Amino acid sequence: MDLGNIIELSLQQALGPTAVIYALAAIGLNVHFGYTGLLNFGQAGFMMVAGYSLASLATVWGQSLWLGAFIGIVLTIVLALLLGVPTLRLRADYLAIVTIAAAEVIRQSVSAAAFSDTFGGQDGLTDFIAPFRALNPFSEPINLGVVRWSAYDFWVMTVGWLLVAICCVVVWLLMRSPWGRVLKSIREDEDAVRSLGKNVYAYKMQSLVIGGLFGALAGFMTALRSASIGPSFFATDVTFFAYTVLLIGGAARVLGPVVGSIIFWFLITALGIFFSQATRGADPLIPAWIMTSQQASLMRFIFLGLGLMLLMIYRPQGIFGDRRELAIDAR
Amino acid sequence: MHVPLRRVTVLIALVLAFLTVGGTPAQASTPTTTDEAGAQCALPEPTDDDTISILGRICDRREQPQAPVEGVQVTVEDESGNPVGEATSAADGTFVVDLPGTAVENLGKTFVVTVDEESLPEDTKPEVLERKVPINLDSDTSVTFPIGDAGPGGTGTAAQALQLTVGGLVFSVLLAMAALGLSMIFGTTGLTNFAHGELVTFGALVAFAFDQLPGKISIGGLNVTVIVGVVVAFVVSAAFGWLNDAALWRPLRRRGTGVIAMMIVSIGLSIFLRNVYQYFGGAQSRNYSQYSAVQPWEIGPLLVTPKEVAVVIVGVIVLVATTSLLQYTRLGKATRAVADNPALSSATGINVERVISLVWIGGAALAGLAGALLGMTQGFDYQIGFKLLLLIFAAVVLGGLGTIWGAIVGAFIIGLFTELSTLLVPAEFKFVGALLVLIVVLLIRPQGLLGKAQRIG
Repeated sequence: MDLGNIIELSLQQALGPTAVIYALAAIGLNVHFGYTGLLNFGQAGFMMVAGYSLASLATVWGQSLWLGAFIGIVLTIVLALLLGVPTLRLRADYLAIVTIAAAEVIRQSVSAAAFSDTFGGQDGLTDFIAPFRALNPFSEPINLGVVRWSAYDFWVMTVGWLLVAICCVVVWLLMRSPWGRVLKSIREDEDAVRSLGKNVYAYKMQSLVIGGLFGALAGFMTALRSASIGPSFFATDVTFFAYTVLLIGGAARVLGPVVGSIIFWFLITALGIFFSQATRGADPLIPAWIMTSQQASLMRFIFLGLGLMLLMIYRPQGIFGDRRELAIDAR
Repeated sequence: MHVPLRRVTVLIALVLAFLTVGGTPAQASTPTTTDEAGAQCALPEPTDDDTISILGRICDRREQPQAPVEGVQVTVEDESGNPVGEATSAADGTFVVDLPGTAVENLGKTFVVTVDEESLPEDTKPEVLERKVPINLDSDTSVTFPIGDAGPGGTGTAAQALQLTVGGLVFSVLLAMAALGLSMIFGTTGLTNFAHGELVTFGALVAFAFDQLPGKISIGGLNVTVIVGVVVAFVVSAAFGWLNDAALWRPLRRRGTGVIAMMIVSIGLSIFLRNVYQYFGGAQSRNYSQYSAVQPWEIGPLLVTPKEVAVVIVGVIVLVATTSLLQYTRLGKATRAVADNPALSSATGINVERVISLVWIGGAALAGLAGALLGMTQGFDYQIGFKLLLLIFAAVVLGGLGTIWGAIVGAFIIGLFTELSTLLVPAEFKFVGALLVLIVVLLIRPQGLLGKAQRIG
């Protein structure tokens, strides 16, 4: 058991590009779920639309990444409108079912062999980040004593955490504005807001679009981080992990998703490495008849599922949240 | 579920890549077609070296026991279509292709094994020409290519549609059982249970575990192990449903946890259970020891296997029994009353908690039975229920969330639609179509086909 190794690798993940992506996705969910009470279970769909726009415009049509990002943002808005129109007048669970279904529709479509010329099928797309790589000011691997990152990872992190910071400021400004107060009151009591003459439907739609845009940023970062994009990056579980991130940090708190993402990835990585080390070698800590190394890789997800349940039951406000602010009711 | 009927039967006929867990010979010999695969057509023994080999056999399924087919050429390609090896089947029908590189390099890759149709004997037709082989373990991997008759023509669109309808009906019946459970639980508790798919997988797993127990159960000389296994799955799933409610959902209702919070709890439960299933059951897809390769009946242009008929009959009986229970018995009346208004039914003396507990038992039993039967018709893996979940939702929402008949009608529409849509679009889009139907229906008729037009927003 190498405790130093566990801490080092976990820190690397907790501050690394993956944590950035989940922080951005969770910031979007925070606008949806934390502030407005909308249950969007298809955040992976928003990420996918944006990420694939970026990648396929660059690879298939040879366009610049900027244009790809622009198209990605436009398509994300279109997707949010498409999902919102049928469901936002209905009970919350309808939005949940439709968004999760839409994310899966998009995922199965982009991975289809019929569209493999545009989206690369199951293999996805690669070779589109050269312009982004060229901007990288770091040439050496970055070593911060305990943790190390490759030069490119550190560049992605720099851009990513900068984006996260900007998003947090935007969310903070939005939520202290009168507009944000309307969102929060929709979450608390939709009928009361309606009786005050506010167009609840329009506010919910705006919230869905804005939260989706944060998801789009997460999608861009996914594409840039791994220098490739594939349907398996956007499985349904991605959205559920982002929810866990949000609930750890605390919904309806500006910094909740950021702290949540760091803690989530620290714990997940630490658990993963711990069980992998505990089952490795000739005389493993956990004997093979209890757990093989194959099974060890599942332990973190078992803990994740349990953690999500317990968190929602015993501390739905997360670490920073305020329980009074999160009286999620049955709507 | 994934493939039209003719291919479903083929898939069953295949001994689906039974991976040798850890390379132990004891595991490797857990046969899936004990009564059919004779010694002459056995798989080659996996070797315990550093490289991964793809082992396979080519058997003539028309013979009893299956006869090996000699001299068939097989090529192996990697995902991008580059040939990595080829082999010719030996006198015992087996072939071995060693993959280049070490085991570690090949992990996670997928290879395509193709049979050269030209090299097959006259008047035979392979039921599959190519199989995709994912390498997930660092041990040798096995594939089987059954060879059979070309079968009746049936290439006309009408015949094809008819064949797909049969497949769609089988799938619809199973979907309806799962959907009915979800809808009943939603109706009485308001919970949209994202872990419902895991109840389906649970049934398939229990039936499989029972099947794996040593020994056979025979009635009058007839081996009925799998049939008993399905019944056991039904009963154990019912108990599991009770446990779900008693250990998790009832305490949450007592605490006054909101419906949305419970929905997120159910997602946590789904992730937890799915990984626990994989922990104990492995990631490979499984088949039961019986009925994985049955000869279909030829009815005109149709190919129907006896087991599909059995599944439909059992399914219809169960559905009719459940709906009659809900429609005509006191308990059913109480259930519908609770679904309508829990507070009011409690005031009239109905024990609401008891009704909800029974609904959980019934709903989980139905889901488990659907899972076990699904495992029988097409095999299963640890996420079969999770893959089914969205279609269950589509069926339930289409028919009207919380309505009993709606779930059944919705399931039949979705089940038939997914199969029949393959006439017009590639099979890879069939679920996409079903989910799009769901979104369109919500636009036009949010309460679902049979839902009451009440305020749901």
